[in-house]
Amino acid sequence: MAYNSLQEISDICRNDNKEFWQVILEDDVSERNVTSSESMEKMEDTWKAMLLAAESYDGELKSKSGLAGGDGKKMNDYVSQHSDFSLCGEFIGKVITGALQMGESNACMKRIVAAPTAGACGVLPALLIPYYQTKSNDTSQILKALYVAAGIGQVIAGRAYISGASGGCQAEIGSASAMAAGALTFLQGGNSVQIIHAAAISMKNLLGLVCDPVAGLVEVPCIKRNVIGAMSALSAADMVMAGITSRIPPDQVMDAMKEIGDKMDSSLRETAKGGLAQTNAAREASDKLYR
Amino acid sequence: MNLFDILGPVMVGPSSSHTAGAVKIGYIAALLLKDKPVHADIILHGSFATTGIGHGTDRALIAGLLMMKADDIRIPESFTIAEQEGLTFTFQDMTLKDAHPNTAVLKITSGSGETVEIEACSTGGGRILIHKLDGITVNFTADKPTLIVYNQDKPGPVAKVSSVLADKAVNIATMQLHRNKRGGYAVMVMETDHPIPQVSIEWLRQLEGVYNVTYINV
Repeated sequence: MAYNSLQEISDICRNDNKEFWQVILEDDVSERNVTSSESMEKMEDTWKAMLLAAESYDGELKSKSGLAGGDGKKMNDYVSQHSDFSLCGEFIGKVITGALQMGESNACMKRIVAAPTAGACGVLPALLIPYYQTKSNDTSQILKALYVAAGIGQVIAGRAYISGASGGCQAEIGSASAMAAGALTFLQGGNSVQIIHAAAISMKNLLGLVCDPVAGLVEVPCIKRNVIGAMSALSAADMVMAGITSRIPPDQVMDAMKEIGDKMDSSLRETAKGGLAQTNAAREASDKLYR
Repeated sequence: MNLFDILGPVMVGPSSSHTAGAVKIGYIAALLLKDKPVHADIILHGSFATTGIGHGTDRALIAGLLMMKADDIRIPESFTIAEQEGLTFTFQDMTLKDAHPNTAVLKITSGSGETVEIEACSTGGGRILIHKLDGITVNFTADKPTLIVYNQDKPGPVAKVSSVLADKAVNIATMQLHRNKRGGYAVMVMETDHPIPQVSIEWLRQLEGVYNVTYINV
């Protein structure tokens, strides 16, 4: 990745009259020494893998620990039977369902697309799939949105990090959420400035989130955190489309994430030595699994 | 990181380091053995040992030894498939000195009795680092075409190998040479930017003082 700054990408878009996704696509072409159609084909494969992963959800499966499985089915039943009664309504209900299902599929050793990590694999598809199904049945727009998401993720990976072991959950779900916020903003017709501000707002909402998984597994609280990552992205995209901006410039938000992650105690970075992972209930679950 | 390290890999869950990386470790170990492995003794260290069962690390390593890749949906059933294909295995937890938290040691044997032992760690995002091969320190990721030459420790082999590669316009990206003792046996590991033609590999195998040549391009 040639870019280490969201602002820089946005400036290139303005100066060269390019779209955000175009700049990222061109960077991939030069970085991996491929043609743009080869890059696009690979992106389409990635999108198809996401769709297939969503379709292959099995609500009867349980993870090896027994802690994960079945919630995505419950949510799906609730949304389809009570969409008028539910607080979030049908579209957001589908997003919640999609995030839970993808997170559970991951925990149950099904095939998923890490985005940017396996633990955060539910955020992007949970938003893009319902969007594709209900708002815009246009694959080429979705592929462009995926370039936007990937570009944001690359900058975050370069300036900060994207793994829970390095920077806590803010680095995983926070990054996925920032990526998704940018992708949604693009799909809604936002420009490159709005894209990076959506990413910033979405990340800010999740700053400080620690990685404290029960028994060290990508299950509790990871699966439901995918829902919250998606919610943050949705609200951030709507905020920027309303003309709201992030008061802290996007690159500085990502730098703050890095600083917070560096200061985070190691017990709260995927080691299962603190937080939720050290509650009585978590210790019982862990003892049962490893006895 | 390239774009598809961020959107990807496509993999069987739940963890890129504990599952996808473990599959790759098994896969590379199997490639290093000429024939199909029939037995594996596996040591798990650190987080691989403490959270491996919940992450399916054990099933992932066996899946790799059965030549499955990280997106193979049969990974969860690898133990059953191993039984069908005649691969037996043991697992042991052990603390290794100065090792990365996600480290495994695999000692595998083929039907003809040939063995390979590797120590490798999973460094995140499904990427791995092999740092010991048959007891000798090495350092390669298997992301690029990789040539591994076992030779007698004496003047000459490095020049011969590099001239063969130059002949075929293969650019060397990284190069390492380690030996067990002076005049003993040495391991040369070269990662290249271009694939190496099979004919060059065959030629290297004929060289005097060269015991074995392995080429990995995944």
